[in-house]
Amino acid sequence: MSQNNELKADSNCQLSIVNYQLSSVNCQLQLPTVNCKSISKAYGSVQALKEVSIDVEAGELYGLIGPDGAGKTTLFRILTTLILADKGTSTVGGFDVVKDYKKIRSSVGYMPGRFSLYQDLTVEENLTFFANVFGTTIEENYDLIKDIYQQIEPFKTRRAGALSGGMKQKLALSCALIHKPTVLFLDEPTTGVDPVSRKEFWGMLRNLKEQGITILVSTPYMDEASLCDRIALITNGQILKVDTPQNIVSQFDNILWGVRGNNMHKLLTDLRLHPSVESCFSFGDTLHVMLNNNALTTTALTTWLSGKGHQDVTIFPIEPNVEDCFMELTKQ
Amino acid sequence: MKQFLTFVKKEFHHIFRDHRTMLILIGMPIVEIILFGFAITTEVKDSKVAILDTSHDVATRHIIDEINANKYFNVVEYIHNSNDIQRVFQKGEASMVVVFEDHFYETLLHTGKAQIQVIADATDPNTATTITYYVNRIISDYQQTLMGQNKAPYQITPNIKLLFNPEMKGAYNFVPGVLGMILMLICAMMTSIAIVREKETGTMEILLVSPIKPIMIILAKMVPYFVISCFNLATVLLLSVYVLGVPVAGSLTGLILISLLFIIVSLSLGLLVSTLTHTQLAAMLVSGMVFLLPVILLSGMIFPIENMPMWMQRLSDIIPAKWYIEAVKALMIEGLGIMNILKEIGILSLMTLVFTAISLKKFNVRLD
Amino acid sequence: MENLQHSEIITQPEKVIEVNKLVKRFGHFTAVDHISFDVEKGEIFGFLGANGAGKTTAMRMLCGLSKPTEGKGKVAGFDIEHQSEQVKKSIGYMSQKFSLYNDLKVWENIRLFAGIYGMNDKDIKEKTALLLEQLHFEKERNVLVKSLPLGMKQKLAFSVAIFHTPEVVFLDEPTGGVDPATRRQFWELIYEAAAKGITVFVTTHYMDEAEYCNRVSIMVDGRIEALDSPHNLKTEFEAHNMDEVFQQLARKATRKAD
Repeated sequence: MSQNNELKADSNCQLSIVNYQLSSVNCQLQLPTVNCKSISKAYGSVQALKEVSIDVEAGELYGLIGPDGAGKTTLFRILTTLILADKGTSTVGGFDVVKDYKKIRSSVGYMPGRFSLYQDLTVEENLTFFANVFGTTIEENYDLIKDIYQQIEPFKTRRAGALSGGMKQKLALSCALIHKPTVLFLDEPTTGVDPVSRKEFWGMLRNLKEQGITILVSTPYMDEASLCDRIALITNGQILKVDTPQNIVSQFDNILWGVRGNNMHKLLTDLRLHPSVESCFSFGDTLHVMLNNNALTTTALTTWLSGKGHQDVTIFPIEPNVEDCFMELTKQ
Repeated sequence: MKQFLTFVKKEFHHIFRDHRTMLILIGMPIVEIILFGFAITTEVKDSKVAILDTSHDVATRHIIDEINANKYFNVVEYIHNSNDIQRVFQKGEASMVVVFEDHFYETLLHTGKAQIQVIADATDPNTATTITYYVNRIISDYQQTLMGQNKAPYQITPNIKLLFNPEMKGAYNFVPGVLGMILMLICAMMTSIAIVREKETGTMEILLVSPIKPIMIILAKMVPYFVISCFNLATVLLLSVYVLGVPVAGSLTGLILISLLFIIVSLSLGLLVSTLTHTQLAAMLVSGMVFLLPVILLSGMIFPIENMPMWMQRLSDIIPAKWYIEAVKALMIEGLGIMNILKEIGILSLMTLVFTAISLKKFNVRLD
Repeated sequence: MENLQHSEIITQPEKVIEVNKLVKRFGHFTAVDHISFDVEKGEIFGFLGANGAGKTTAMRMLCGLSKPTEGKGKVAGFDIEHQSEQVKKSIGYMSQKFSLYNDLKVWENIRLFAGIYGMNDKDIKEKTALLLEQLHFEKERNVLVKSLPLGMKQKLAFSVAIFHTPEVVFLDEPTGGVDPATRRQFWELIYEAAAKGITVFVTTHYMDEAEYCNRVSIMVDGRIEALDSPHNLKTEFEAHNMDEVFQQLARKATRKAD
């Protein structure tokens, strides 16, 4: 009898393991939260997007990183059902952007690139308005926006047009969050914002991610890449690479040298004259140099440079950053 | 419904917080009516009157004295036979001739009825209407006094005859014209600008990416302008009647009905413009050039349509304001009833349907 | 002794911008609060600060667009309060928002701006050819500016801003949104201009760009809280890069609501 019981317990246990495996299989079969397949879009003769495919998993903080005109806004508008792609299919939260656009519109939050709130309404009026548009109230979802909104709440009777850049951004984010969206699309939220406010903003995004919101954010600032779970580097309407920021950096398949000297501009122009130097760019206080000849030693290069009148030159290997990778990938 | 009301509230905020818009919406109709009205009432002072009185009795003398005592009139000449009437007008000696029938007082006492003929020069229709109106008042005042004294039913019938422009073309035309222009401006131009502004500032992007039905956004935008238009309609009518003394001679219900219909036509035109343009400037130019200018030029507000070449008359047929202004003239000035403007009602209804249909077809639930 | 002093005067570099206790108030609000600094000829001077710290207001005063409430300032030897017309003639200006006319061709833009600064036709013609060659823009000469990629536009805008060889060029966030490679090429243009003796006064939100500057000032709440070379600032604030320096200083800001 007791043996039997034990057996039963055991089989139960196995059953639950099987169940668990099944559910994880289910998870894998399920579509990612945002899914794009070979999206193309042209405006007249300008090809804004060429065969773009990306997947964003649930709960991910995903960065779309590239300069102005890369196609970031176009992709965001296609995903938020604002425009139609010429080719390709996309889904958001499992819904098709063309057929089920209404379902997408009620479940996503969107913050367009420029400040798109009513400048002649007060902070509170803007928020109340957007809450009502989504059929909810500020009180109902106050928890989600609390941390962000509290910072601007002292100014709630001020017109939105009279807010500073950082505060406008917080208000816009609060408005985009007021209906508790499952996916948040932020199109260049930090453009033109100073580094301190940018850091604060990314802190807010991390907190939102903790609360289970999937976030797709675009930015032209390469240094923000490391703050994302995964990034897609985009330029001229094409995705260069998708991976975690760490993997992108580790896959940089060349040795990068940092060079410093007293006269940086002359050092730059002289280095470019060296036959073994493939590329040389200034990067902050250091020149980032790539060589096409790995046999060249740092000593040899230092000697060569001192011949050009550069004393006190230091050469050292450096870790590439996302910006280096972006430039390298663009060249290819 | 709550979503919708939120929207309407927001639209009112936009309007009330923009002082320039407020000035255009509320101030302009009043200023226009007063300006037009002022230009007209000044002309009426000291109108020259000639009298043809063969009776020379108590009654005629009393009426002539009253006329002369009135600040609007100046009796300048007594003529003695009806052949002189033509001469007086042609030489511009008087702009009105008052003719009493022979044995005026006697006839009045015996039969209880007497006739006065009031002949006015209607080349300036506004003046003609005003002065004949005042003479009428003087005559009916006298009739009242007589009846008060004798308690007998006396009736003096003023027989008004307008020379040179008997149909009074142009009289008070400015009231229907200004009404048409104001309603067109507020409904078509301001609505289209208000919708396009959201496209321009990017807020339309956020609104489209929300569960609210795009058509609700548009309808909500129209509500405030509808309300303001009704307010303006009331202001213009009240000013016309009580300040300018332009009476609503015909059916007031008909006037309100056709005005509401015209407001709806204009709103649907505004919607149409907003679907075709992307910037506030473009919306303003389109409504200004395509709607407002033809309203002023082709609607008969300034130039009589009858005098235009045929092709222009046909062109004016597609202007909603032309039909509206015609209907308002019929109701306000010619004193006709609602049954006489069925044609206009029909045409304006048809136009509403067509404009709404086109704009709904053009209306996009996406950005482009 | 006298000799030494004399030689000191000779080696003392020429000051192109001199600012002494400059103040700008709007009503009760002090946007710029007693700032003082000098910029030398040929220097690349980074003017940093958070949004709303007062950078734009200060820059407007230096360009002769707005009069200071208090204090003195000289740009290219001219008083910014009383000689604003001369100031405007001797400076160049470029911002991210407005730089060139999109509906004019490349050469038309060059001619227009050169004309505004009173250059004669012959000089304009010669210099235009030279400029287009240096930028490798010969093919784009007759292209409408709006059809140029952003990076090219910004490079062209900078070249136009220094076309009349001004004493100082003011750059207001010149590289916003530009791709990394172009951003670097842009800075190389800035270095070249500085080497020619044009003083560069630049604002930016990219902290790595702050490292390119000879000296950097950081504004917080209308005051200049730090002013030194990037190297010295990093040592002083025990920071690895300029971003850390900036974060330390700008976080002290109490002014948030402007």
